[in-house]
Amino acid sequence: MDTTITNNFKSEEYQINMGPQHPATHGVLRLLLTIDGEIIKKVEPDLGYIHRSIEKMCEYDSYQQIVHLTDRMDYLSSHINNEGVCLTVENALQLEIPERVKVIRTIIAELTRIASHTLWWGVMGMDVGALTTYFYGFRDREMINDIFEETCGARLTMNYNIPGGLMFDIHPNFVKRTKEFIAHFKTKLPEYDLLLSDNVIFRKRMEGIGILTKEDAISFGASGPVGRASGYSCDVRKHHSYSAYDKVTFNEILKTEGDTYSRYQVRILEMWESLSIIEQLIDNIPEGDFFAKTNAVIKLPAGEYYEKVETARGELGVYIISTGTKNPYRMKFRSPGFSNLSLLNHIAVGGKIGDLVATMATLDLVIPDIDR
Amino acid sequence: MSVTGKYFLHSRKGAITQQYPDNRATLQMFERFRGEVVMPHDENNEHRCTGCQKCELACPNGSIEIIWDRQIDPETGKKKKMIDKHIYHLGMCTMCSLCIEACPTDAIKWAQNFENSVYDRKYLTRVLNKPGSKVVPGVED
Amino acid sequence: MNITKNIHEWLFSLMPETTASIVEMVLIAIVYLGIFAVAGLYLVLLERRVAAWFQLRLGPNRVGWQGLLQTMADALKLVSKELTGTIKADKFLYNLAPYFVIVTALMAMSLFPFSEEFQAFDINIGIFFLIAISSIGVIGILLAGWSSNNKFALIGAMRSGVQTISYELSVGLSLLTMVLMTGSLQLSEIVEVQKNGWLIVQGHIPAVIAFMIYMIAGTAETNRAPFDLVEAESELGAGFHTEYSGMKFAYFFLAEFINMFIIAAIATTVFFGAHLSPFGITDNIPLLGVFWFLIKTLAIILLMMWFRWTFPRLRIDQLLVLEWKYLLPLNLMNLILMALMVLLGLTIQF
Repeated sequence: MDTTITNNFKSEEYQINMGPQHPATHGVLRLLLTIDGEIIKKVEPDLGYIHRSIEKMCEYDSYQQIVHLTDRMDYLSSHINNEGVCLTVENALQLEIPERVKVIRTIIAELTRIASHTLWWGVMGMDVGALTTYFYGFRDREMINDIFEETCGARLTMNYNIPGGLMFDIHPNFVKRTKEFIAHFKTKLPEYDLLLSDNVIFRKRMEGIGILTKEDAISFGASGPVGRASGYSCDVRKHHSYSAYDKVTFNEILKTEGDTYSRYQVRILEMWESLSIIEQLIDNIPEGDFFAKTNAVIKLPAGEYYEKVETARGELGVYIISTGTKNPYRMKFRSPGFSNLSLLNHIAVGGKIGDLVATMATLDLVIPDIDR
Repeated sequence: MSVTGKYFLHSRKGAITQQYPDNRATLQMFERFRGEVVMPHDENNEHRCTGCQKCELACPNGSIEIIWDRQIDPETGKKKKMIDKHIYHLGMCTMCSLCIEACPTDAIKWAQNFENSVYDRKYLTRVLNKPGSKVVPGVED
Repeated sequence: MNITKNIHEWLFSLMPETTASIVEMVLIAIVYLGIFAVAGLYLVLLERRVAAWFQLRLGPNRVGWQGLLQTMADALKLVSKELTGTIKADKFLYNLAPYFVIVTALMAMSLFPFSEEFQAFDINIGIFFLIAISSIGVIGILLAGWSSNNKFALIGAMRSGVQTISYELSVGLSLLTMVLMTGSLQLSEIVEVQKNGWLIVQGHIPAVIAFMIYMIAGTAETNRAPFDLVEAESELGAGFHTEYSGMKFAYFFLAEFINMFIIAAIATTVFFGAHLSPFGITDNIPLLGVFWFLIKTLAIILLMMWFRWTFPRLRIDQLLVLEWKYLLPLNLMNLILMALMVLLGLTIQF
């Protein structure tokens, strides 16, 4: 797309294409960089390489079928995406969800968040140059994947939440395995700190880079850990509680510097918080149904419905316009990655190429989430 | 550095990778693993599918096609819907398990084989009911 | 068992003098090419398995017993690849660049005292020659980056050039610090002095500081992590050898590992007593010195690999700041300290 090459750049600058296939951009993202020596003057992201028209496909599917498409949007926090759609449909139908379902959904959502953050940590190390952190992150993620595989049967695109509850009940080993995982992971998180967070080289590469002020975070619509690292309190689990989040106590982690190191720290501390949420809920899962009865063909009453959930990346919003039939008229997803990507030009200008890579790693972009 | 040093020394025990092609005999998936949709047949070559088409309606992208016909049921003598072929396109299936949940007679379930790659595309279109098989009597209750 | 002396006399008795010396040089060249190839290939395999053990997995262990034939398989693959080249690349320089790095690596390999008799080229400016040779290797990288006509390769090559010329200073100064104790630049003399105790023990505090500076600067010289932003795979694809494929890429790849071997071998010679056993216990057995040399070199190579797989990468300006603001003044002060120590006779001798 040569129309994006601007004509008014000075002669000592040159343009480089960090193309769609690249080890550092997490997915297929094309960035057009205008560089002067090593200093970046402009970053233009070029999206659309993995657009699969999910929102259009949703207009032809019934509500139970839409859920399996949302798995594939932000595939690292697939349960939370499913939960978003299910919550929207259930609130539109004003269904009463059993307590057991709410507690299990919260536990699974927090496990997914930990899985996503361990993968992020592994890839972060790889981007900055420490190539072994990738394997340590994946080792912990494998344990969570085994827990999910035993319960829902799939490791990445887990179609387990459906409007009305869960597809089938949890496996009897679920509680035992989750407890083992918590005990194991508590010994591993300090190792993560020892390996990467306290390393002098790492800190010098991360501190003071890519500073995002609070006003900019609010005006660009940054959410999730990116916003919280700049002091913008935007945790959906606190402000608009859903599922069982109002029953547990956890802290919302805010930092004020807004540089890449504080984004890194926010995610590590969030992993600790998720562990404490799971610990509070795992022992007393209430008995009951795992499913609330709905019609076989769900028809939402006419109107517009919007719900938001907190995925590992930020705030995912699900917006349904229904005209009373069994397919939605229009379905829109407000993806967190899209707003987080829009601030890349703002914070990367003036830094070097190495800083760009580190900043993109802390923004934690998953490109299929951006180009649904 | 102490972290990586410790792992270096203990690597034999802690290796998380599996020697895949060598350990096929002992490798076992979990029981709910979503490998491939199959229709179990018992020892009389009978299956439980009545041709109600609920799985075909539930599938989001048309991976299941049911070919049915109205035939004379030998027991009651009336015309009934009976299944001729249950075609399953493995190449299009997204493993969402909506069909298995929708089936009222538990006719289809998940198998655990995960080595599904073939050299020729036509092997991916599978007919799930074996030739010459009938419905288990009394399954629609 | 003076094999080398016997072969030397046999050759000279067979033919007139000039032919015999030429044949001798060719024989030595073939032997060293053999060492070069074997060392390069097996170092690559060692790196892969060691990296795997750090990362909680097993390395290549399928081809041959425990994976020993893996590099043969890789070499076969590389040889059979098509030698691509871009249209706009400068053909002559593009083909010339790999040879610079290979030739300098081979020349540097010929100096090491593997054992008492097993040293090919015992020149009296030994260490100076080694440092000079490694400076020439930089030209190969710069040429490769420039002639590829590729922006990524150019960025990589420029970064490498700047990095290497800065860190040569630290390498030279730290080696100079140790030469103060030996009084000669010739490598066999340096080993002779170490018969009274390895140099790192003889000059205690300044020698340990010199060793640490040398390790940091040495890993920077060979463009290995944590200084490997030249080929920073996460950032730019593959750095200066993006456009090379097949045998030419194999040259660069091998040259990197041989450079690592050379830096480790220099450290072994200067700091740890090249082929001398600890406390002189087995110095009488003739060819056992080779074994000691290889063991010590291997230990230092393992240390370098440990660095690579643990630390993140430094940015280019942080790297230059490290050299010019921290390592160089430290090195100069260390030099003065060592000079004072030698003058006052405070070295430990056995």
